[in-house]
Amino acid sequence: MSRWSWQSRLSGSFLILVALAAVFAPWVAPYSFETQNTFNALALPDPHHWMGTDRLGRDLFSRVIYGARVSLSVGVFTTLFAMWIGTVYGAVSGYVGGRVDNVMMRIVDVVFALPDLLMIILITVLLGRGAWGIFLALTLVSWVTVARLVRGEVLRIKEYTYVEAARALGASHRRILLREIAPNLLGLLIVTLSFRIPVAILAESTLSFIGLGISPPFSSWGTLANDGWKAIKFYPHLIFFPSLAIFLTILSFNFLGEGLRDRLDPKGG
Amino acid sequence: MLQYFFRRILHGIPVLLTVATLTFIIMHLVPGGPFDTEKKLPPEIVANIEAKYHLDRPLFVQYLLYMKQVVQGDLGPSYKYLGRDVSDILKETFPVSLVLGLFALLVVLGVGIPSGVFSAYWQNSALDRSLVFLATLGISIPSFVLGTLLIWSLSHQLHLFPPALWESPRHAILPALALGLPFAGYIARLTRATVLDVLSSDYIRTARAKGLGEGAVLFKHALKNSIYPIVSVVGPLTAGLVTGSFVIEFIFSTPGMGRFFITAVTNRDYPLIMGVTLVYALLIVLANIVVDMMYAWLDPRVKL
Repeated sequence: MSRWSWQSRLSGSFLILVALAAVFAPWVAPYSFETQNTFNALALPDPHHWMGTDRLGRDLFSRVIYGARVSLSVGVFTTLFAMWIGTVYGAVSGYVGGRVDNVMMRIVDVVFALPDLLMIILITVLLGRGAWGIFLALTLVSWVTVARLVRGEVLRIKEYTYVEAARALGASHRRILLREIAPNLLGLLIVTLSFRIPVAILAESTLSFIGLGISPPFSSWGTLANDGWKAIKFYPHLIFFPSLAIFLTILSFNFLGEGLRDRLDPKGG
Repeated sequence: MLQYFFRRILHGIPVLLTVATLTFIIMHLVPGGPFDTEKKLPPEIVANIEAKYHLDRPLFVQYLLYMKQVVQGDLGPSYKYLGRDVSDILKETFPVSLVLGLFALLVVLGVGIPSGVFSAYWQNSALDRSLVFLATLGISIPSFVLGTLLIWSLSHQLHLFPPALWESPRHAILPALALGLPFAGYIARLTRATVLDVLSSDYIRTARAKGLGEGAVLFKHALKNSIYPIVSVVGPLTAGLVTGSFVIEFIFSTPGMGRFFITAVTNRDYPLIMGVTLVYALLIVLANIVVDMMYAWLDPRVKL
């Protein structure tokens, strides 16, 4: 078992910091995210406004901290929900096998072949441009990846002799799935969680960036980047800081995922 | 081979049908219609327009009518760009997206494979470590962040490349980089892993033992066997490039299909939404088939 690399440690600490800032945003942020001060609009970063101010004179640092609430919660909750669906689906498909497995996997194939960003856009437009629309749209396209992974793993685990022993002892299917197979999936699931959260964050910020995602007054990092995009030529700091937040967060999840994989799932990767 | 190709095409049909049906349903569930205007139109005119486009018929009938049209190769008229067929619009915008995608693919493979090979060959060297680090950065940077960074630095500050539009090959460089580099990170890491794996195998030791030069060992023997896993991800990769081109076309004001899709959705231009979605889905299905066939052609162990 290898030690944590410095990248993983640093990433983990950074993510904890961002998560804490997001949870305690009202106490951490120096200003409210909507207080306008038109006398100090479009200011460059200075000691009072660490990341400068936007065109309405709102403090960008505070807005990035509040943005973390939206971006992180969309990323984390969609991934958790998608993983829950994908795990149950994949486990049942792999465990039952045969014709059921065949049909269930054909459905996965079809969802997999959907042009995902197009579907996400259509569904968010359908459900209204709020966090809920994005949440459901992302879930609908991302559970299949997890389902495939889990199915493959269950197919492998269910052949182990200890599972066979449990079956011979008369354990119910439910017991075998939950008590014998599920614990073996845990490592894979934790690693997958760490690699899927950045994918969700990326999708949400991309949507918000092209103006189809979370809409004001709530702002994710993608929305903030979209705001800054309009003024990139003369006020690049407005797009720089939200983009940096997105980039560092995704990078940290990837480093963390690698660290976790080395420890929990030495066969994978 | 040919038989396999046709069988795969047949398998692709239900996928395309599902995509079409799902899109049709979702699209029509979205509140608002294509002919909602600020000013209220007289009801007779609305009725007229709706009758012209069969929008007054039950949804199921509309669906059948549309599908009948599509099977005959007609994607219908656009609701917003009056007097233009969806096929005309696609004929104009698809080549742009295709060229952008191919340039990006060139970036992905041209940057990703060599850096993966070098990385593996000089494993654990400073070069390897920096390449691996760069690849992880690449994977983590959203293409819109990279795109805006490129525009700001190379275009606004240094004036090396045009920041937008699509008029000369120079216009394609920044968008292709922004679209391709993040995926190049994936390919670099994959190539590194497979080449490392191959380099430790017996036949490489044999090749070296018989006195073959390092260049020949690396490129003739090692790379040849490492190429299969890379080829197998080119399918999903193409899908990623195809859908990723959306954002890039948005940032660079590239007149491709992606931009039209965004405006089509906001305009509720039903036939245009359907047309673009179907072309994207078809592209993904075809890319996967081509990649699987290439795989079989390259690797004699694979039977179709």
